[in-house]
Amino acid sequence: MTHDLLLFLATFLASGVEAVEALTIVLAVGVVRGWRSPLIGVGAAAVVLAVIVVVLGPALRLLPIDTLRLVVGALLLVFGLQWLRKAILRSSGYKALHDEGVAFAAEREQATLAGRGAPTAMDWYSFTVAFKGVLLEGLEIVFIVVTFGAAQGRVAFAAAAAVTAVALVVIAGIAVRSPLERVPENTIKFAVGLLLTSFGIFWGGEGAGVNWPGSEAAILAILGFLSLLSVALVRQLRRQRHAALPAGAGA
Amino acid sequence: MKYIRAFGAFWWDFIVGDDWRVAAGVALGLAITAFLAHRDLAAWWVLPTTVTLVLIASLRHSTRADS
Repeated sequence: MTHDLLLFLATFLASGVEAVEALTIVLAVGVVRGWRSPLIGVGAAAVVLAVIVVVLGPALRLLPIDTLRLVVGALLLVFGLQWLRKAILRSSGYKALHDEGVAFAAEREQATLAGRGAPTAMDWYSFTVAFKGVLLEGLEIVFIVVTFGAAQGRVAFAAAAAVTAVALVVIAGIAVRSPLERVPENTIKFAVGLLLTSFGIFWGGEGAGVNWPGSEAAILAILGFLSLLSVALVRQLRRQRHAALPAGAGA
Repeated sequence: MKYIRAFGAFWWDFIVGDDWRVAAGVALGLAITAFLAHRDLAAWWVLPTTVTLVLIASLRHSTRADS
Protein backbone atom coordinates (compact mmCIF):
# COMPACT_ATOMS: atom_id res chain seq x y z
CA MET A 1 0.00 0.00 0.00
CA THR A 2 2.79 2.43 1.01
CA HIS A 3 4.73 1.25 -2.03
CA ASP A 4 1.79 2.00 -4.33
CA LEU A 5 1.22 5.39 -2.74
CA LEU A 6 4.88 6.38 -3.15
CA LEU A 7 4.93 5.04 -6.70
CA PHE A 8 1.82 7.06 -7.57
CA LEU A 9 3.23 10.15 -5.84
CA ALA A 10 6.61 9.96 -7.58
CA THR A 11 5.08 9.46 -11.04
CA PHE A 12 2.38 12.09 -10.47
CA LEU A 13 4.79 14.77 -9.20
CA ALA A 14 7.50 14.11 -11.81
CA SER A 15 4.91 14.14 -14.60
CA GLY A 16 3.34 17.29 -13.20
CA VAL A 17 6.54 19.36 -13.19
CA GLU A 18 7.58 18.15 -16.65
CA ALA A 19 4.09 18.98 -17.94
CA VAL A 20 4.32 22.48 -16.46
CA GLU A 21 7.58 23.05 -18.37
CA ALA A 22 6.12 21.68 -21.63
CA LEU A 23 3.00 23.83 -21.16
CA THR A 24 5.13 26.98 -20.81
CA ILE A 25 6.80 26.28 -24.18
CA VAL A 26 3.54 25.52 -26.01
CA LEU A 27 1.75 28.54 -24.49
CA ALA A 28 4.57 30.93 -25.45
CA VAL A 29 4.56 29.76 -29.07
CA GLY A 30 0.77 29.54 -29.35
CA VAL A 31 0.13 33.01 -27.88
CA VAL A 32 2.53 34.67 -30.33
CA ARG A 33 2.08 32.64 -33.53
CA GLY A 34 -1.37 31.01 -33.32
CA TRP A 35 -2.48 27.62 -32.02
CA ARG A 36 -2.93 25.31 -35.02
CA SER A 37 0.70 24.35 -35.70
CA PRO A 38 1.85 24.03 -32.06
CA LEU A 39 -1.17 21.84 -31.27
CA ILE A 40 -0.33 19.57 -34.22
CA GLY A 41 3.23 19.44 -32.80
CA VAL A 42 1.86 18.47 -29.37
CA GLY A 43 -0.28 15.73 -30.95
CA ALA A 44 2.65 14.34 -32.94
CA ALA A 45 4.88 14.27 -29.84
CA ALA A 46 2.12 12.56 -27.83
CA VAL A 47 1.86 9.82 -30.48
CA VAL A 48 5.65 9.23 -30.43
CA LEU A 49 5.64 9.07 -26.61
CA ALA A 50 2.69 6.65 -26.57
CA VAL A 51 4.49 4.38 -29.05
CA ILE A 52 7.60 4.38 -26.82
CA VAL A 53 5.51 3.35 -23.78
CA VAL A 54 3.66 0.65 -25.73
CA VAL A 55 6.90 -0.81 -27.16
CA LEU A 56 9.23 -0.37 -24.19
CA GLY A 57 6.83 -1.33 -21.37
CA PRO A 58 6.12 -4.93 -22.48
CA ALA A 59 9.72 -5.35 -23.77
CA LEU A 60 11.12 -4.60 -20.31
CA ARG A 61 8.77 -7.15 -18.75
CA LEU A 62 10.46 -9.89 -20.78
CA LEU A 63 13.53 -9.53 -18.55
CA PRO A 64 13.80 -11.71 -15.40
CA ILE A 65 12.53 -9.70 -12.41
CA ASP A 66 15.92 -9.47 -10.64
CA THR A 67 17.70 -8.29 -13.81
CA LEU A 68 14.87 -5.84 -14.47
CA ARG A 69 15.09 -4.40 -10.94
CA LEU A 70 18.86 -4.12 -11.19
CA VAL A 71 18.63 -2.24 -14.51
CA VAL A 72 15.67 -0.10 -13.38
CA GLY A 73 17.32 0.55 -10.00
CA ALA A 74 20.56 1.66 -11.67
CA LEU A 75 18.70 3.97 -14.09
CA LEU A 76 16.52 5.45 -11.34
CA LEU A 77 19.57 5.99 -9.13
CA VAL A 78 21.47 7.87 -11.84
CA PHE A 79 18.37 9.80 -12.89
CA GLY A 80 17.21 10.50 -9.31
CA LEU A 81 20.65 11.66 -8.20
CA GLN A 82 20.68 14.16 -11.09
CA TRP A 83 17.36 15.63 -9.89
CA LEU A 84 18.46 15.58 -6.25
CA ARG A 85 21.85 17.15 -6.96
CA LYS A 86 20.28 20.01 -8.93
CA ALA A 87 17.58 20.48 -6.26
CA ILE A 88 20.23 20.76 -3.52
CA LEU A 89 22.25 23.23 -5.62
CA ARG A 90 19.10 25.32 -6.24
CA SER A 91 18.01 25.28 -2.58
CA SER A 92 21.48 26.31 -1.41
CA GLY A 93 21.71 29.18 -3.92
CA TYR A 94 24.44 27.70 -6.12
CA LYS A 95 22.05 27.30 -9.05
CA ALA A 96 19.28 29.69 -10.10
CA LEU A 97 15.72 28.60 -9.22
CA HIS A 98 13.67 27.55 -12.23
CA ASP A 99 11.22 30.35 -13.05
CA GLU A 100 8.37 29.61 -15.49
CA GLY A 101 7.72 33.35 -15.95
CA VAL A 102 11.29 33.91 -17.18
CA ALA A 103 11.18 30.77 -19.37
CA PHE A 104 7.86 31.94 -20.88
CA ALA A 105 9.22 35.43 -21.65
CA ALA A 106 12.37 34.03 -23.31
CA GLU A 107 10.39 31.54 -25.41
CA ARG A 108 7.88 34.22 -26.45
CA GLU A 109 10.67 36.58 -27.52
CA GLN A 110 12.25 33.89 -29.70
CA ALA A 111 8.86 33.03 -31.22
CA THR A 112 8.32 36.72 -32.07
CA LEU A 113 11.73 37.05 -33.73
CA ALA A 114 11.49 33.83 -35.80
CA GLY A 115 10.48 34.30 -39.44
CA ARG A 116 7.05 33.36 -40.79
CA GLY A 117 5.99 31.45 -43.91
CA ALA A 118 2.79 31.95 -45.95
CA PRO A 119 -0.23 32.63 -43.65
CA THR A 120 -2.13 29.49 -44.71
CA ALA A 121 0.84 27.13 -44.62
CA MET A 122 1.95 25.05 -41.68
CA ASP A 123 4.08 27.15 -39.31
CA TRP A 124 7.07 24.81 -39.01
CA TYR A 125 8.76 26.93 -36.33
CA SER A 126 5.75 26.55 -34.01
CA PHE A 127 5.34 22.88 -34.86
CA THR A 128 9.02 22.08 -34.20
CA VAL A 129 9.26 24.05 -30.94
CA ALA A 130 6.07 22.48 -29.56
CA PHE A 131 7.00 18.98 -30.80
CA LYS A 132 10.52 19.15 -29.38
CA GLY A 133 9.40 20.70 -26.07
CA VAL A 134 6.68 18.11 -25.45
CA LEU A 135 8.85 15.21 -26.65
CA LEU A 136 11.83 16.12 -24.46
CA GLU A 137 9.81 16.85 -21.31
CA GLY A 138 7.58 13.87 -22.09
CA LEU A 139 10.54 11.51 -22.41
CA GLU A 140 11.30 12.04 -18.74
CA ILE A 141 7.69 11.18 -17.90
CA VAL A 142 7.84 8.07 -20.12
CA PHE A 143 11.14 7.02 -18.57
CA ILE A 144 9.66 7.22 -15.07
CA VAL A 145 6.38 5.53 -16.04
CA VAL A 146 8.13 2.66 -17.83
CA THR A 147 10.81 2.04 -15.18
CA PHE A 148 8.47 2.35 -12.18
CA GLY A 149 5.70 0.43 -13.89
CA ALA A 150 7.92 -2.38 -15.15
CA ALA A 151 9.73 -2.90 -11.83
CA GLN A 152 6.38 -3.26 -10.04
CA GLY A 153 4.60 -4.91 -12.97
CA ARG A 154 2.18 -1.96 -13.00
CA VAL A 155 2.80 0.12 -16.11
CA ALA A 156 -0.93 0.97 -16.41
CA PHE A 157 -1.04 2.24 -12.79
CA ALA A 158 2.05 4.42 -13.30
CA ALA A 159 0.69 5.66 -16.64
CA ALA A 160 -2.61 6.58 -14.94
CA ALA A 161 -0.73 8.70 -12.39
CA ALA A 162 1.15 10.46 -15.20
CA VAL A 163 -1.97 11.04 -17.31
CA THR A 164 -3.81 12.47 -14.26
CA ALA A 165 -0.96 14.91 -13.59
CA VAL A 166 -0.67 16.01 -17.24
CA ALA A 167 -4.47 16.43 -17.51
CA LEU A 168 -4.57 18.60 -14.37
CA VAL A 169 -1.73 20.79 -15.67
CA VAL A 170 -3.37 21.18 -19.09
CA ILE A 171 -6.76 22.07 -17.52
CA ALA A 172 -5.05 24.61 -15.23
CA GLY A 173 -3.13 26.02 -18.21
CA ILE A 174 -6.29 26.44 -20.28
CA ALA A 175 -8.04 28.07 -17.31
CA VAL A 176 -5.35 30.67 -16.56
CA ARG A 177 -3.88 30.97 -20.10
CA SER A 178 -0.46 31.79 -18.70
CA PRO A 179 2.49 29.79 -17.38
CA LEU A 180 1.81 28.11 -14.04
CA GLU A 181 4.24 30.23 -12.06
CA ARG A 182 2.65 29.48 -8.72
CA VAL A 183 3.33 25.74 -8.90
CA PRO A 184 6.15 25.17 -6.36
CA GLU A 185 8.27 23.55 -9.06
CA ASN A 186 11.58 23.58 -7.21
CA THR A 187 10.11 21.96 -4.09
CA ILE A 188 8.38 19.31 -6.22
CA LYS A 189 11.65 18.57 -8.04
CA PHE A 190 13.33 18.07 -4.66
CA ALA A 191 10.63 15.58 -3.64
CA VAL A 192 10.87 13.75 -6.97
CA GLY A 193 14.67 13.51 -6.66
CA LEU A 194 14.27 11.98 -3.18
CA LEU A 195 11.62 9.49 -4.35
CA LEU A 196 13.47 8.38 -7.51
CA THR A 197 16.73 7.91 -5.59
CA SER A 198 14.97 5.99 -2.79
CA PHE A 199 13.30 3.61 -5.25
CA GLY A 200 16.60 3.32 -7.12
CA ILE A 201 18.44 2.24 -3.96
CA PHE A 202 15.67 -0.21 -3.02
CA TRP A 203 15.20 -1.88 -6.42
CA GLY A 204 18.87 -1.70 -7.38
CA GLY A 205 19.69 -3.41 -4.08
CA GLU A 206 17.02 -6.08 -4.57
CA GLY A 207 18.23 -6.73 -8.12
CA ALA A 208 21.79 -7.14 -6.84
CA GLY A 209 20.64 -9.71 -4.26
CA VAL A 210 20.01 -7.64 -1.11
CA ASN A 211 17.41 -8.76 1.43
CA TRP A 212 16.33 -5.44 2.89
CA PRO A 213 15.83 -5.36 6.69
CA GLY A 214 12.09 -4.76 7.21
CA SER A 215 11.35 -5.78 3.61
CA GLU A 216 9.26 -3.12 1.78
CA ALA A 217 9.21 -0.85 4.85
CA ALA A 218 12.91 -0.25 4.19
CA ILE A 219 11.95 2.18 1.44
CA LEU A 220 10.50 4.58 4.05
CA ALA A 221 13.72 4.36 6.06
CA ILE A 222 15.76 5.07 2.91
CA LEU A 223 13.50 8.03 2.07
CA GLY A 224 13.87 9.40 5.62
CA PHE A 225 17.64 8.98 5.54
CA LEU A 226 17.96 10.71 2.15
CA SER A 227 15.71 13.58 3.28
CA LEU A 228 17.85 14.22 6.37
CA LEU A 229 21.04 13.95 4.32
CA SER A 230 19.72 16.41 1.73
CA VAL A 231 18.62 18.95 4.34
CA ALA A 232 22.05 18.70 6.00
CA LEU A 233 23.79 19.20 2.64
CA VAL A 234 21.64 22.23 1.78
CA ARG A 235 22.49 23.82 5.17
CA GLN A 236 26.18 23.06 4.77
CA LEU A 237 26.29 24.50 1.23
CA ARG A 238 24.37 27.63 2.31
CA ARG A 239 26.92 28.23 5.09
CA GLN A 240 29.75 27.60 2.64
CA ARG A 241 28.24 30.04 0.13
CA HIS A 242 27.71 32.78 2.71
CA ALA A 243 31.26 32.32 4.00
CA ALA A 244 32.62 32.69 0.44
CA LEU A 245 30.67 35.91 -0.26
CA PRO A 246 32.51 39.21 0.21
CA ALA A 247 31.46 41.09 3.37
CA GLY A 248 28.10 42.84 2.82
CA ALA A 249 27.31 41.01 -0.45
CA GLY A 250 24.74 38.67 1.15
CA ALA A 251 22.78 41.48 2.87
CA MET B 1 27.68 9.51 -38.70
CA LYS B 2 26.81 12.99 -37.46
CA TYR B 3 23.26 11.85 -36.58
CA ILE B 4 24.48 8.73 -34.78
CA ARG B 5 26.85 10.85 -32.72
CA ALA B 6 24.08 13.36 -31.93
CA PHE B 7 21.73 10.50 -31.00
CA GLY B 8 24.36 9.01 -28.67
CA ALA B 9 25.13 12.43 -27.16
CA PHE B 10 21.42 13.01 -26.49
CA TRP B 11 21.02 9.72 -24.58
CA TRP B 12 24.31 10.24 -22.72
CA ASP B 13 23.12 13.66 -21.60
CA PHE B 14 19.61 12.39 -20.82
CA ILE B 15 20.72 9.47 -18.62
CA VAL B 16 24.21 10.30 -17.36
CA GLY B 17 23.71 14.08 -17.14
CA ASP B 18 26.40 16.63 -16.46
CA ASP B 19 28.46 14.63 -13.96
CA TRP B 20 29.62 11.20 -15.16
CA ARG B 21 31.05 10.47 -11.69
CA VAL B 22 27.50 9.90 -10.42
CA ALA B 23 26.87 7.12 -12.96
CA ALA B 24 30.33 5.62 -12.31
CA GLY B 25 29.73 5.69 -8.53
CA VAL B 26 26.32 4.03 -8.90
CA ALA B 27 27.81 1.26 -11.11
CA LEU B 28 30.58 0.65 -8.55
CA GLY B 29 28.09 0.61 -5.66
CA LEU B 30 25.87 -1.92 -7.42
CA ALA B 31 28.88 -4.12 -8.25
CA ILE B 32 30.05 -4.14 -4.60
CA THR B 33 26.48 -4.85 -3.43
CA ALA B 34 26.16 -7.83 -5.82
CA PHE B 35 29.61 -9.11 -4.80
CA LEU B 36 28.74 -9.09 -1.07
CA ALA B 37 25.15 -10.32 -1.49
CA HIS B 38 26.21 -13.34 -3.53
CA ARG B 39 28.62 -14.34 -0.76
CA ASP B 40 25.80 -14.14 1.81
CA LEU B 41 27.33 -11.09 3.46
CA ALA B 42 25.27 -8.09 4.63
CA ALA B 43 25.10 -5.74 1.64
CA TRP B 44 22.08 -3.49 2.35
CA TRP B 45 24.29 -0.67 3.65
CA VAL B 46 26.41 -0.35 0.47
CA LEU B 47 23.99 1.63 -1.75
CA PRO B 48 22.93 4.21 0.90
CA THR B 49 26.63 4.74 1.67
CA THR B 50 27.50 4.99 -2.03
CA VAL B 51 24.72 7.53 -2.65
CA THR B 52 25.91 9.63 0.32
CA LEU B 53 29.52 9.66 -0.90
CA VAL B 54 28.61 10.22 -4.57
CA LEU B 55 26.25 13.08 -3.71
CA ILE B 56 28.82 14.81 -1.49
CA ALA B 57 31.60 14.38 -4.09
CA SER B 58 29.43 15.60 -6.97
CA LEU B 59 28.18 18.65 -5.02
CA ARG B 60 31.71 19.50 -3.94
CA HIS B 61 32.84 19.31 -7.56
CA SER B 62 29.95 21.55 -8.75
CA THR B 63 30.33 24.16 -6.03
CA ARG B 64 34.10 24.35 -6.50
CA ALA B 65 33.62 24.82 -10.23
CA ASP B 66 31.13 27.64 -9.53
CA SER B 67 33.21 29.46 -6.93
